[in-house]
Amino acid sequence: MIEIENITKRYGEVEVVSDVSFVVQPRTITVIVGTSGSGKTTLLRMINRLVEPTSGVIKLDGRDNRAVPAYELRRHIGYAIQGHGLFPHRTVAQNIATVPVLLGWEKDRIDARVNELLSLFQLDPATFGPRYPHELSGGQQQRVGVARALAAEPNVLLMDEPFGALDPVIRAKAQEDLLAIQKRFGTTIILVTHDMEEAIHLGNRIAVMDEGRLIQYATPAEILAKPATPFVETLIGTGDRPFRLLSLNEIREAVEPGTAEGEALPASATQRDALAELLWSGREALPVEADGKPIGRVTVEGLIRRAARPA
Amino acid sequence: MRLSLPVLARLFVLALLVVFLVRPDWFEPVLKPLTQNNAPAIYNQGSLLMLTLEHLRIVFIATLAATLVALALAILVTRPAGAEFLPLSRSLVNVGQTFPPVAVLALAVPAIGFGEKPTLIALFLYGLLPIFENALTGLTNLPSAVVEAARGVGMNERQRLLKVELPLALPVILAGIRLSVVISLATATIGSTVAAKTLGEVIIAGLISNNLAFVLQGGLIVGALAVLIYDGLSAVERMLARRMGQAGK
Repeated sequence: MIEIENITKRYGEVEVVSDVSFVVQPRTITVIVGTSGSGKTTLLRMINRLVEPTSGVIKLDGRDNRAVPAYELRRHIGYAIQGHGLFPHRTVAQNIATVPVLLGWEKDRIDARVNELLSLFQLDPATFGPRYPHELSGGQQQRVGVARALAAEPNVLLMDEPFGALDPVIRAKAQEDLLAIQKRFGTTIILVTHDMEEAIHLGNRIAVMDEGRLIQYATPAEILAKPATPFVETLIGTGDRPFRLLSLNEIREAVEPGTAEGEALPASATQRDALAELLWSGREALPVEADGKPIGRVTVEGLIRRAARPA
Repeated sequence: MRLSLPVLARLFVLALLVVFLVRPDWFEPVLKPLTQNNAPAIYNQGSLLMLTLEHLRIVFIATLAATLVALALAILVTRPAGAEFLPLSRSLVNVGQTFPPVAVLALAVPAIGFGEKPTLIALFLYGLLPIFENALTGLTNLPSAVVEAARGVGMNERQRLLKVELPLALPVILAGIRLSVVISLATATIGSTVAAKTLGEVIIAGLISNNLAFVLQGGLIVGALAVLIYDGLSAVERMLARRMGQAGK
């Protein structure tokens, strides 16, 4: 659990973060969204003390994050940034091993962990381990950056626009990987982005920041249904709002009894995907299957009802 | 390394230099036309090989000392605690470069006598600036994402310096050392005016006795050494830079 209590950061006269408080539940993904200059990155960097707050307290599992020296604290908090920040003079394997080496792990344990992480990110350890970062593609570098952040099995992972430099296809893949890894390790993730779409897709909760203030802290569904201010509404983009709402839920929840013609969709697909498929193929309904067995159908009418503003 | 034409040319120069230093008499017929009145064509007041080794030793010691001091200064002024010493260090180092080595020799001799000591001092002072300025450039122009990451993974200040900042700045620092070495190689010759054992002895002897062959062989040895050492260090820099994915020049 991460408790952010009345955090303020001033640079001279300018207040970049103003009295922000919220609590991040363990094993969840919290996304901090805001425009540039909203103080979201500064707030993130105060959690691992790359920036020291002017006032306020941040507690990790009940312990003030100033209880240990800053560099000790950072070894136990994963940190991944845009443009990956890999050490160009060290191999991929050495990069991933950075924090375990700092923590003084045994060599066998480090090697095993490096291989495990490389395999997890679909990078063959024998091929990619000995390479230098500049020999990898942008997407591969980004994966190594996240692998390095996770190397010492941290409970908390901070990510600062980690997918900002990736093209849309690779970005979508990286987001799926992140969700899978979060599920597997149960890491508490705090991610900063300016992209509301990304926030809605990844976040269990979203913290919207503007001019140093926390405007709204809520689940994606709440943010979509009841944006606290016109600014939040602008961030969501009212034109896409119903589709974003649909994208939050699987079609499993929208299944109606009955059958339909044509190709089936898996129950784990999002409702937005189902509506898109229906509109594109000109059908009124399509069958849904789970584990290869048909479980019912979804209809255009049913999905449209679900896309309406919740009461 | 591939044996390309430039590499072959340098190997040839190196071989020629070694042969000339070991058996200078073999080259007598080539240099004889440059002498007058039956003067000797090959320097005969000492071994060319010994003078060359002495010359290299003086340059090595002076450059090593300059590297240690300049690098230590550059590291100091790039730490938060030492930042206020930057202007002072810059002017100190600049004075070393502005003062002509001849003047340093002239001032040093009355204080510490003739021999190689004044030469070492002159070379040391003269060599500080390129190493200091390059180390400063290298340590302040590191990619910000990498420096940020080094802090983010939990390296303390010493670990960041030794594991990230210095290795990344190494090619630029090495370029500074290379400049300093080449300047010192040439400047060391004037050390012979205050009785330091360098190749300047050969050149000065030639100038005094109006013997073009002496002047030429002294100058050519220094020139060949400078070219070979310059290219050798450049190759090391390129290798380091390539490994880090920076485009080699």
